[in-house]
This record gives sequence, C-alpha cells and structure tokens, in this order.
Amino acid sequence: MLKPVLLLAAALIAAPAMTRIIAVTPGADVQERLQTALIDAKPGDRVQLAAGRYVLTDGLSLDVANVTVAGAGPGKTILDFTGQKGEGEGLIVTSDNVLVRDLAVENAKGNGIKSKGSDGISFVNLRVEWTGGPKSTNGAYGVYPVSSKHVLIDKVFVKGASDAGIYVGQSQQIIVRNSRAEGNVAGIEIENSYNADVFDNIATGNTGGILVFDLPDLPQQGGHSIRLFHNAVTANNHPNFAGVGNIVASVPPGTGVMVMANRNVHVFDNDIKDNGGNAVVLAAYTQKFTDKSYNPLPRDIAVRGNRYAGNGAAPKFPGGAQIAAAVGGTLPPVMWDGITTFTVPGGAATTAANGIFVNDGPLLNLNLKTQGAPPTAARPEVSNVLAMATLPEPTKIILPAAQEARAKAK
Amino acid sequence: MKRVLLALLLIGAAPVRPVDGARLLAEDPAPLLSAYGLFADTAGRVPAPGLIRYTLNTPLFSDYAEKFRYVWMPAGTAAAYTEKGVLEFPIGTTIVKNFAYPADFRSPGVGVHLIETRLLVRKTSGWVPLSYVWNAAQTEAVLKRAGVRVAVAFTDAGGTARQIDYAVPNTNQCKQCHQQGDDVTPIGPTAGNLNGEFGGNGANQLVAWSAAGHLTGVPANPTKLARWDDPSTPVADRARAYLDVNCGHCHSRAGFASNSGLYLQHDEPDPAHQGIGKRPVAAGRGSGGLLFAIAPGDPDASILLHRMESDEPGVMMPQFGRTVPHAEGVALVRAYIAGMK
Repeated sequence: MLKPVLLLAAALIAAPAMTRIIAVTPGADVQERLQTALIDAKPGDRVQLAAGRYVLTDGLSLDVANVTVAGAGPGKTILDFTGQKGEGEGLIVTSDNVLVRDLAVENAKGNGIKSKGSDGISFVNLRVEWTGGPKSTNGAYGVYPVSSKHVLIDKVFVKGASDAGIYVGQSQQIIVRNSRAEGNVAGIEIENSYNADVFDNIATGNTGGILVFDLPDLPQQGGHSIRLFHNAVTANNHPNFAGVGNIVASVPPGTGVMVMANRNVHVFDNDIKDNGGNAVVLAAYTQKFTDKSYNPLPRDIAVRGNRYAGNGAAPKFPGGAQIAAAVGGTLPPVMWDGITTFTVPGGAATTAANGIFVNDGPLLNLNLKTQGAPPTAARPEVSNVLAMATLPEPTKIILPAAQEARAKAK
Repeated sequence: MKRVLLALLLIGAAPVRPVDGARLLAEDPAPLLSAYGLFADTAGRVPAPGLIRYTLNTPLFSDYAEKFRYVWMPAGTAAAYTEKGVLEFPIGTTIVKNFAYPADFRSPGVGVHLIETRLLVRKTSGWVPLSYVWNAAQTEAVLKRAGVRVAVAFTDAGGTARQIDYAVPNTNQCKQCHQQGDDVTPIGPTAGNLNGEFGGNGANQLVAWSAAGHLTGVPANPTKLARWDDPSTPVADRARAYLDVNCGHCHSRAGFASNSGLYLQHDEPDPAHQGIGKRPVAAGRGSGGLLFAIAPGDPDASILLHRMESDEPGVMMPQFGRTVPHAEGVALVRAYIAGMK
C-alpha cells in the first residue's frame, strides 16, 4: 500500500509543471503578433517561434518572469531586424529566469539581445549576426546581459558586432561556454563583472579575442574573480572597426587576451595562436579618471599553462613594432605594462603590489610605472618568469540547478 | 416630462456620467477607452467632471505632438506634496494624456486629430500604464498593448509640411521609461514641474490645486523646475530641466539606463555623472566617434548632443518616444554645452 503512494508522489514531483505554449509563426503583422505574445506570456509559458524569417520593424521586449522564448534553431527561426525603425535592441529582456534559445537575430540596429537587471538569464544555441560583414554601422553587442545575475551564455555564435560579440557588463555569477565569436571588434568581453567562468569558447577573426575590462564611474565596478580557460583564441587580427571613443576602439588588432584593471583574473589552459600582437596583455586603464573608488590596475592576475603559437610577429599597438624588434622580432606571449602606481585627483599616489603571476614566460614588462604614462615612456624588459603562479584560483561558478536543467532540456 | 427637462436644464443640458473609478481599478483593462467615462464626449475633447487639466513647466518631447494632460482622483481624496519625485497620489488616481496633432501648428486649435490616450492608473499594486489608440473617425479609442505605428501628417509652426511615422509605445516600453527601481511611477507631475502657471499664463497650479483641495502639504517655498522655453531663465537651468524630463527617467540610478553611469537629473551634483568629460561605456556606434558625453564648450564633440540630433535607431536618444529630432531642444542643449567652460 505504501509503495504505490510513494511512486505516485515521486511521479508528481518529477512531472514538470504544465508549460503553456504560445505559438507564433512568421507572416503578416508579425511585429504586433510576436510582441503581443511576449506581453501576454505568463510565468512558466514558452513562446515558440516556428521556423521562418520574421521581418520586424521595431525592437521586441519581454518583461515577464520565467518565460522561455524558443525558435526551431539558429538556422531556421530568424528574427530579421534589417528594417528596424526604433529601439536600441532587437530583443530586450527585463525579467528574471528567462531562457532565449534556438533562434537567430540578424542586423539589429543597436544591440542584438540585451538583458537588463535580470536574475537568471540564459542565452542558449543562438546566432546573432550582422550579415553585411564587419562595419562600424553594425550594432554594438550581440548578446548583452547587463546589471544581471546568474548569466548563462551557451552555444552562442556572434558575428560582426561593432563592439563586442558577447558582452557581459556589470553582472555577477556568469558562465560563457561553448560559444563562438567571430569577426567582431571584441570577441568576448567581460566588463565590470564579478565571478565569471569563460571556457570552451572560440574567439577568432576579431580585433581582440577575449577581454576582461573594468571602467570607472559605473554602478558596479571593481571587477574580480574571473577564470578564462580552455578557450581557442585564434588569429584575432581584424582591423578595429569600432566607433572612436568606445573603450574597445583602443584595442589593437592582433590582441589575443587582454585584462585591463580587475582583480583575481586567471588565464590558463587556453590555446592562443596566430594573433599578430600580444597573445596576452595585462594593462592598466589608460585614461584620466575622477572616481575615487576606482582602481585602474590589474591585480592578482595569473597566466599559466596556456599553449601559444604564431603570436606576436606583427604588433599594431603604438611602438609595438619597435618593441618587437628590440626583443628579437617577435613579442613574447605575455606583456604587462608594468604600471604599479596611480593617483586619484585630490588623493595621494597609491602604489600597489600588483600580484602579477605569470609563469608563461618569457614576460615582456614595459615598465611604464605610473598610470597614464605614454607608450613612449616604455622601458621594455624581458624576463623569463615574474612569479610562479601560486595564486589560488577563483571558485568554479555553479549556476542554479534549475537554470542549468532548463538550458539543457530541449 | 416637463420636470425631467427642467432637471436636465438645471444640471447643464445632457446628463453627465461620472468617471467609473471601479472600472479603472478592475483587474483587466477596458478594451475601449469610453468604458471609463473619462470624457464627456465621444471624441475625447471634453473632460468629464473631476478631471483636472494641468500643464508642465518642461514637458517630454514626443514628435511635436500636442498633449492634453489631466489627473483624476477619487472623490474626497487629494495628492500630497513631495519635494522630490512625483506627487504622492491616492489609490485610484488616473493620469490621462491625450496626444494630438493639429492640421497646421500655425492654427493650433483647428483640425486637432487625436492619436492616442495614455493612462496611468494607480492601483493598490502600483501604477499601471495603458495606451488607447483613436480611430480615424475620432469616435473611440482602442486598447493597444503591443504598440503600433501611425502615419501622421501636419504643417509645422514654420509652415513646412511634415510626415511622421508616429510610434505608440507598447506596454513594456511604457514600463521602461516609467520604472524607477521596482516601481512604475508617473514622470511629469512632480511638484517642481507643476510649480508654474497653468498654460504659462494662468494660475499657479500648486496654489490652485491646494485651494481646491486637490493637494496637501505644499510648503511656503515649494521646489520649482525651470521652464525649458523661458528666455528669462539661465540656459543651464533650462537645459538641465529639459534633460531631466526628456532623459532623466532612464538616466538615473534607479532607471533603465542606470548601467550607463550617466545621470541627467537637474540636481545631479557629480560632473562626471552629468556627462561632463565622461567617456562612453556601452554606447557602441551611438558614440559617433566622439570621446565624451559632454565636451564642455564643444557641442559638436559631445555624444549627448549627437544622439539627440539623430533619428537612427541604435544611435538616437531617447531610444523611443520620438522618431524625429527636437530642433528646439537640441538648440537649447547646444547652447548649454557651448556655454560651459
């Protein structure tokens, strides 16, 4: 008697909650029909987009929690924003526990898919592409979670973004994996973010492959605890086509991995190949700033156990060619600007023990010493090993089990 | 029969239906605007009794649409003064805004065509935004939640024929602008923005509302937001009032653009957050190849102005709510930046 009851209880627990499907097909009035579906959705619903090309005239938005927006595959369900007349994104998500999967966004006028202030946002099996090739008039970011928490980016392909293909800004608890960023200015960029694992990705044909940045004057800064591992960072030599003024416009072509400011960033077990400039570069924020709580230096950075080949033969950054010539024609795998001192206006100079742990020697140290020093002040010096990589690794990011399970289910 | 006629005459001709406060507060919004009884006529021109018309010192620019603003509060209730943010309105309050175009802005009262009526209803759970789009016959307005584009043609104040692909916002867009933190809130009717003469030459609205019992707690020296188009007011005050109303709802610490670090409240004290010498963060191509949000003394080098002047999605600011630039607003902000040292 007991057994069937238990069995029944187990079945009840195991049975997924009834998911209501809101089906949408391409065709006439698709802007209004699709936007209405996104407004009508209730928590737990799945907005299912049939295969086909959805010709949209405005941005789309979702503000209902716990909704899945799914297509028939990134080659089949295509949200086409070529004729977009308004809004800064193709799709903007502002609610929690949202999964966007199995579709493509093409030619969004601004960003492809953005989430703002979302706790539990998953981008899975997506393609975001500007189909006219790399242009400064392409949108800025492909997938763009910002001020979000528990972020999953899995099997996402982005091509042609005029800023960063995959951009995570001011977010926390982040996984970027199994994704491919190609032909963007920055392939993958983690900015002003806490606790990120970036692994099993391919960044190729961008201006810069993978960037970890921290900028002043923002609600969330002091980026930290980021692991970049087991990525292929290959031939990121594309001319920079970002709008001048944006931080990525300063990224020289040929950059593999760049860490600017931030604390506790570990770069290991990556294949970094055929990038004409720095395979890995560690640098301070170069501009003046007034934000007293900002630290422009990279601190507690470990670079170890990466595999390098074919990098550093054609550096494009100012003075790069001369520096390369001075050190034998090819830049060593890791370059550090050697900046250890910075001053906040109105404050005293701060000299930090930087904790640069590089055992992928040799290391090229530019010895710039002071934040804001021009490249002409460089006194390049090559040393085999600056310090052994004994820095404890940041903890592995584990997203909520329900978020992972939902992303893995079809 | 005679008695009935007499009664009708006594209350002023046709029997007037009161605003249906219960319908406004109902769970599901009415499909037709007329269900609420907010207007005494079918054409949305004559406000029902109890609607208080108001104007703002500095309004939001919406593609040159003329706006007719009203607030309705349940009988026996009043708003409470607040120094910052929107007035504290009682539950049941409904803010009503008609968006309309005259055929020719040189004859503003003639041939006025209503496009949409936006409502903000204060329910116990918070403010709820709704938009109703008027039919061509101007006899009814229908709830539109997913937004719609409406072709609008008019002759502007300079005599030029204009055509606008007017965008009625969808529900999410309403919320994007009206959200502060976790709450949806009105933007316009702050004490500071109401502290001026009705229509620019009538009675002071805070005084009039207080006298009529619509508003409590107004101090001796209430806060005041500058009028953007009052030449007797310093340009900086006018420009910052303009930026506050047109940009500050998103560009605030609790708003949709909080992550930008650009905060355009008229009283934001930090120069970097005001945009002065501030580099772009996630502007992408919106930066237009420029280095700073505001380059003091150099309007043409200022991203903020560049984005105000644009009508291209992905570049233009605000991102929605207008489809054409506001030449007069641009001129004001240009003068403000030009005058900075």
